[in-house]
Amino acid sequence: MDKVGAARSPRRLGLVERLRWTMRGLLVAVLSQAGSVVLWTVTVVTLATLVVGIGFLILPIVVNAVRGLAGFHRRTAREWSGVAIDVPYRHTAADGAYDTAGTFAQCRRLLSDPATWRDILWMTLNAPVGLVLGLLPAACVAYGLNGMFVTPFLWESMGPHWGFGVTWFITDQGEANLAIPQGLLFVVLGLLIAPALGRLHIRFNRALLAPTRNARLTLRVEHLTETRSDAAEAQAAELRRIERDLHDGAQARLVLLGMKLGFADTQLETNPALVRQLLAEAMESSSQALTELRDLVRGIHPPVLAERGLDGAVRALAVALAIPAEVSVDLPGRPQPPIESAAYFVIAEALANVTKHSGANHASIRLWHAGGRLRAQVGDNGRGGAKAEGGSGLRGLQRRLAAFDGELDISSPVGGPTLVTMEIPCEL
Amino acid sequence: MRVVIAEDLALLREGLVQLLTAHDFEVIEAVDNGPAMLRALLTHRPDVAIVDVRLPPTFTDEGLQAAVQARAQVPGLPILVLSQHVEQIYARELLSDQNGGVGYLLKDRVFDVRRFVDMVKQVASGGTVMDPKVISELMIKHDTETSPVHSLTEREREVLGLMAEGRSNAAIAARMFFSEKAVSKHTNSIFSKLGLAASGDDNRRVLAVLAYLNAEAQVPPPRTTAS
Repeated sequence: MDKVGAARSPRRLGLVERLRWTMRGLLVAVLSQAGSVVLWTVTVVTLATLVVGIGFLILPIVVNAVRGLAGFHRRTAREWSGVAIDVPYRHTAADGAYDTAGTFAQCRRLLSDPATWRDILWMTLNAPVGLVLGLLPAACVAYGLNGMFVTPFLWESMGPHWGFGVTWFITDQGEANLAIPQGLLFVVLGLLIAPALGRLHIRFNRALLAPTRNARLTLRVEHLTETRSDAAEAQAAELRRIERDLHDGAQARLVLLGMKLGFADTQLETNPALVRQLLAEAMESSSQALTELRDLVRGIHPPVLAERGLDGAVRALAVALAIPAEVSVDLPGRPQPPIESAAYFVIAEALANVTKHSGANHASIRLWHAGGRLRAQVGDNGRGGAKAEGGSGLRGLQRRLAAFDGELDISSPVGGPTLVTMEIPCEL
Repeated sequence: MRVVIAEDLALLREGLVQLLTAHDFEVIEAVDNGPAMLRALLTHRPDVAIVDVRLPPTFTDEGLQAAVQARAQVPGLPILVLSQHVEQIYARELLSDQNGGVGYLLKDRVFDVRRFVDMVKQVASGGTVMDPKVISELMIKHDTETSPVHSLTEREREVLGLMAEGRSNAAIAARMFFSEKAVSKHTNSIFSKLGLAASGDDNRRVLAVLAYLNAEAQVPPPRTTAS
C-alpha cells in the first residue's frame, strides 16, 4: 500500500527510482519480444490448426500462457505504479474436464470470450509498442555511457566512419572529447524519460488488458446471477426449515395441548385429580411450544435486533457471552434491515465459534462504517486455526454476505489470535 | 393492591386483567402504549405495574425504556417486566439502580398462576424476581474452571438458582422438600464460597447474588491485547 501511495503522489523521483524504471523498461522490451512475439506466433499457429483439430488440444494451454503473460503485466502495473487493471475473463482456462468433449466445450468458451481476442490484439500491438517504450530509455543511457567512456578513448580504433551525437565523423581527439558532454546528456535524457515511458506502457496495457465496459457488465451480470440463485436457494432452504420446525414442534405441541384440555373437559365431574394432572401437562405443553417458537424466531429475526437495532443487539450478544468482550460501535445511522440482519448473524456466529472452539478468555467486537462499507471485526485471543471450510457455519455466512456483495475474511494463524472481518457495501 | 398493566395485544391485556382481578388485585388502568404507560405510572403511582417490553408506537423496547424512566423519577416504583424473550442486557439494565421492586419474566410464567401471583406480590413489596432462564444463563456463563460457582455442589446450585429468582428460604424449602434449617445451611455455604456477606433480608440477598452473577466472569487478564 505504501508503494502505491508513494508512486501516486506527484514528487520528484530519485536517481535510484529512475534507474529502476530504466531496468523495468528493459524487462518490458524483452517480454514484448520473447513473450509477445513468440506467444503471438504460437497463438496464431494454434488458431490456424483449429481447422484440422490439433489446435483444440493445445488451445487451452496456449490461452493459459497468454493470460499468464497478461497477468504479469497487470501485476507489475499495480506494483510499479499502483494502477489496478482488473481481470476481464469470463472463465478460467483451467476449468472443464480433460477429455475431448470437455476440451472442445472449453475451447468454445475461451473463443467466445472477447477478452481472449483482446489479449491477442494486445500481444500484436505490444510487440512494437513494448519494444520501443521499453528499450528507448535503456538505449539512451547505454549510448550515453558509450559516449562518455568509450568513444573518447577508442575513437581511433573504430574506423574513419565513426561519430557520436552531432559530431559526425570524428576526425581528432577534440571532436572525440565532445562525445563526453553529449553522452552525459543522453544518459540524463534516458533517465528523464524512463518513468514517463514506463507509465505510458502501463497506460497502454490498461487500455487493452482491463475489461471493457461490456466485459465489466457481463462479469457483473454473471456474479449477480450466481449470488441471486444462491440467495434464492438459501431462502428456500430457510423456509423449508421453518416449515419443518413449526410442523414438528409448535404445531404438534398445540395439538397435544388441545387434546389434553378436551380430555380434561370430559373428566371434570368424575375425576378431578386427573383433570389437575391434565391441566399441568397442558401448561407444560404450551410452555414447550413457546420455547420452540422463541428459538425459531431468534433464528429468523432476533427480537433484540428489532428492539435495539444492530448496535444494541451486538451489545446484547457481548453481555450474554461467557467471556469478557470489549465492544466498540461507531455507526452514523442504521443500515437497511437485510444488511443489519446479515451483519448480526455473522457476528453472532463468529462469537459462537469463539466460545465453542477458540479457548479464548477475551474477545473484542468492532463495528464501524468507512468508505461506503459497513465493517465488523470479531477478534479473540484463543488458539487460532479457524477455517471457513471446517463446517463452522462461516461458509454459509459467506454465501449470505455474497448476496450483498459482502465479504468475509478470516485470519487465524495456529496459536492465534483469530480475527474475523466482515465488509458489506452499504450507505448510511 | 393497585395495579397498572401495559400490554398492546388486547387478548393478552384482557387475560391479565381477568387473572389479576380474580386474585384480588385492583387494576386501575390497562394501557396499550409506552407514553400512556409512563403517564399512568407517574399519575397513579400503583403498588405494582406489569408491562410488556415491546409496545407501540415504535414496537421496540418502549416498555422497558418507560419502566427505567419511571423508576428514575420514582425510585423503587415496583415494576414487573414481561417479554416473549429474555436478554441478559435487559436484566442488567433493570437491576442497575439496585433499588429492588423489580421483576423480569418470560410471558410463559403466567401459566403457573399461583407462582405468578406470588411473584407480582413479591415485586410489589420491593422484592426482586428474575426469570429462571436469566439465572440459568448466568450460571452457565459462570460455570468455568476458575469461577467459584464451579465449586458449588449440585444442591447448592439449585438453591442459588431459586434464591436468584427471588424466593425466600421458606419458599425454597417447600419447593425442594427440605427443612428451612437445611436451606439456610446451604445458603450460608453458598455465600461463603462466593465470598459474599450473608444477609437476613431476602431482597438484599437476591441483589447480592444477581450482582455477583452479573459481574464480568472472573478470568485472568488476556494474553494478548485484542485490537
